[in-house]
Amino acid sequence: MNYLDMDLLRFTTAGSVDDGKSTLIGRLLYDSKSIFEDQLEAVEASSKKRGDEYTNLALLTDGLSAEREQGITIDVAYRYFSTPKRKFIIADTPGHIQYTRNMVTGASTANLAIILVDARNGVAEQTKRHSFIANLLGIKHIALCVNKMDLVEYKKEVFEKIVDDYRAFSSKLDVPDIHYIPISALFGDNVVNKSEKMDWYQGATLMHTLENVQISSDHNHVDSRFPVQYVLRPQSLEHPDYRGYAGRIAGGIFKPGDEVMVLPSGLTSKISSIDQAGEQVSEAFAPMSVSINLEDDLDISRGDMLVKPDNQPHVGQDIDLMICWLNPKKLALNGKYGLRHTSREARCVIKEVKYKVDINTLHRNEESLEIGMNDIGRIKIRTTVPLCYDRYSRNRITGSVILVDEFTHETVGAGMIL
Amino acid sequence: MYYALRHLDELESEAIFIMRETAAQFQKPVLLFSGGKDSIVMVHVALKAFWPAKIPFALMHVDTGHNFQETLDFRDQLVEKHGLELIIASVQQSIDEGKAVDEKGPYASRNTIQSITLLDGIEKHGFDAAFGGGRRDEEKARAKERFFSHRDEFGQWDPKNQRPELWNLFNGKKNIGEHFRIFPLSNWTEMDVWQYIAKEHIDIPNLYYSHKRKVFNRKGVWYAENEFMTRLDGEELVEKIVRFRTIGDMTCTGAVLSEASTLSEIVQEVASARITERGTRADDKRSEAAMEERKKQGYF
Ligand SMILES: Nc1nc2c(ncn2[C@@H]2O[C@H](COP(=O)(O)OP(=O)(O)O)[C@@H](O)[C@H]2O)c(=O)[nH]1
Repeated sequence: MNYLDMDLLRFTTAGSVDDGKSTLIGRLLYDSKSIFEDQLEAVEASSKKRGDEYTNLALLTDGLSAEREQGITIDVAYRYFSTPKRKFIIADTPGHIQYTRNMVTGASTANLAIILVDARNGVAEQTKRHSFIANLLGIKHIALCVNKMDLVEYKKEVFEKIVDDYRAFSSKLDVPDIHYIPISALFGDNVVNKSEKMDWYQGATLMHTLENVQISSDHNHVDSRFPVQYVLRPQSLEHPDYRGYAGRIAGGIFKPGDEVMVLPSGLTSKISSIDQAGEQVSEAFAPMSVSINLEDDLDISRGDMLVKPDNQPHVGQDIDLMICWLNPKKLALNGKYGLRHTSREARCVIKEVKYKVDINTLHRNEESLEIGMNDIGRIKIRTTVPLCYDRYSRNRITGSVILVDEFTHETVGAGMIL
Repeated sequence: MYYALRHLDELESEAIFIMRETAAQFQKPVLLFSGGKDSIVMVHVALKAFWPAKIPFALMHVDTGHNFQETLDFRDQLVEKHGLELIIASVQQSIDEGKAVDEKGPYASRNTIQSITLLDGIEKHGFDAAFGGGRRDEEKARAKERFFSHRDEFGQWDPKNQRPELWNLFNGKKNIGEHFRIFPLSNWTEMDVWQYIAKEHIDIPNLYYSHKRKVFNRKGVWYAENEFMTRLDGEELVEKIVRFRTIGDMTCTGAVLSEASTLSEIVQEVASARITERGTRADDKRSEAAMEERKKQGYF
């Protein structure tokens, strides 16, 4: 096994309650041999205590004790497994009322979303809602898993009808890569191992799909963006004049010799070297953490952004957002909030609520403009200082903001710049 | 040209990002150093994150007094080698000052009371952020932990009331007296940690490599001979070839019978292991919800 040659795929799982999400994750972990004996023993013991007939793989992913008692999951939990090809991070989000907030959180860092459909129910309102959120959060790959195929006698027609329905709906979305897979999470068909009961299905198993989805272009490698996170000034005998701008590349490619512009000041200089912990690198791209040195001594601090002069982001204070509200306290029109965008901290005022999205019908509601927890809406804000931003659909890092309550300090809103 | 990072590079980049973000957002962070491999990896990542500048925070070791001598020697060498600042918070001192009471009996451990010393140390030095080496794969209760984990003025963690974490935007705002625990290795697994140690040639205490040692067996766990545990009838000392998968107190860290004496052998052994690393820790065995309870009270 060559672990130095594996990459990383982050995915999220969505489904209505009882569609089989926990069972599916348990199955992925179990069949990929990512479960340890002591974990399995604990689950077997819990299953017995609950009076389950068989070892309930769903229990593998149950988190906190309060939830275990109530038998529900209520927050995003992260799971890990790997195959010789890839390491996987699952953002496991529960499927009940607080769903939107949790799925938005889980989807914000995911490359791919698994969306589960119960073969008996077909494409439901919830399926559309989950797909809408995945799309809104900029996920480029969806694996639509039609689960519980065993309960519909593994019939091809059932699967095809669901695929047709989903295709019709998803043509309105902006997701370039959708995979359709008929599975039984309970019995393991087409999860890791190919199903013997569905020889009519020629496609890949879910695991094979997860292992082979192309994700290298999920990061923006076109528009060069480097938010300055921290300034390194050792002022030591060995490095008396070192001044490195530390940060994580948010987009594009930077090389020594490149001309760069500092925003918002507009000053320009050239990159003299790029360091990665003592080693110089010949180029840097997202999501590398590096330190960039410039030829000129400029006044640059945290919150500034290095870009290329011929490809600049928007710089402005009046910004349109799609916002997902995360807090029980409603969004206040004309209210003031703290704001975080890349490495920049600012404040903002909510100038306008344009519409709210009815996430069941996906219609715009322009009458009722109250944005409460789990609501998604379009708003306009004005910030205290200019932000250097891109559209979210162009760059997830330079296109996202969070709003912070100025009194409780809680993160109350997740915004995607339009 | 293929613009993609390998998984270890991406995890390292993420951990560096978290450390720099913490240094920028907080007044006085500290790195909780246990002497185990996760905290050694954290120090390694911190050295990289701030190179060529010094790490802008101190290390704090909550010393239970039940450590392996090898751990303490290793700690002192590491601090010396990189010119780091080390603060020692002593559990014995908390006991002597009457702030904590030792457990009694053959199963006594200082695992629970070390939270008191830890919170005391955080308060005394005015730390507003404390890096921990916790990983979400370690235990169920940790699977929902955030990178930036808010603790109230009593140092408590409220699993129901955590801030959502989106994209790479981390919110470290808090009220006076509250602090944050920061977990830069959240997304790493035990395997990632070992692979990274091998890839980066990081020094770790010899305890992790197989060696001969006098041990005794209690309820299926092999303990190193030590002065802090009283052996019960039938718990004979025997010499075995062992190594440790995790390192904590001598009173709760079990050894595994293993011949793995190089990093690549350890990586292979971990790959084929059928039991989690915490499965060798007596502290988690007390009950299924053990870890969660200790976390709520301010445990690492
Ligand atoms: N027959 C059948 N039952 C399933 C399948 N997947 C899940 N289930 C059952 O559906 C119920 C809900 O599953 P669970 O994984 O808890 O759903 P969740 O709420 O989406 O996490 C449980 O009783 C499962 O055993 C499947 O593929 N076939």
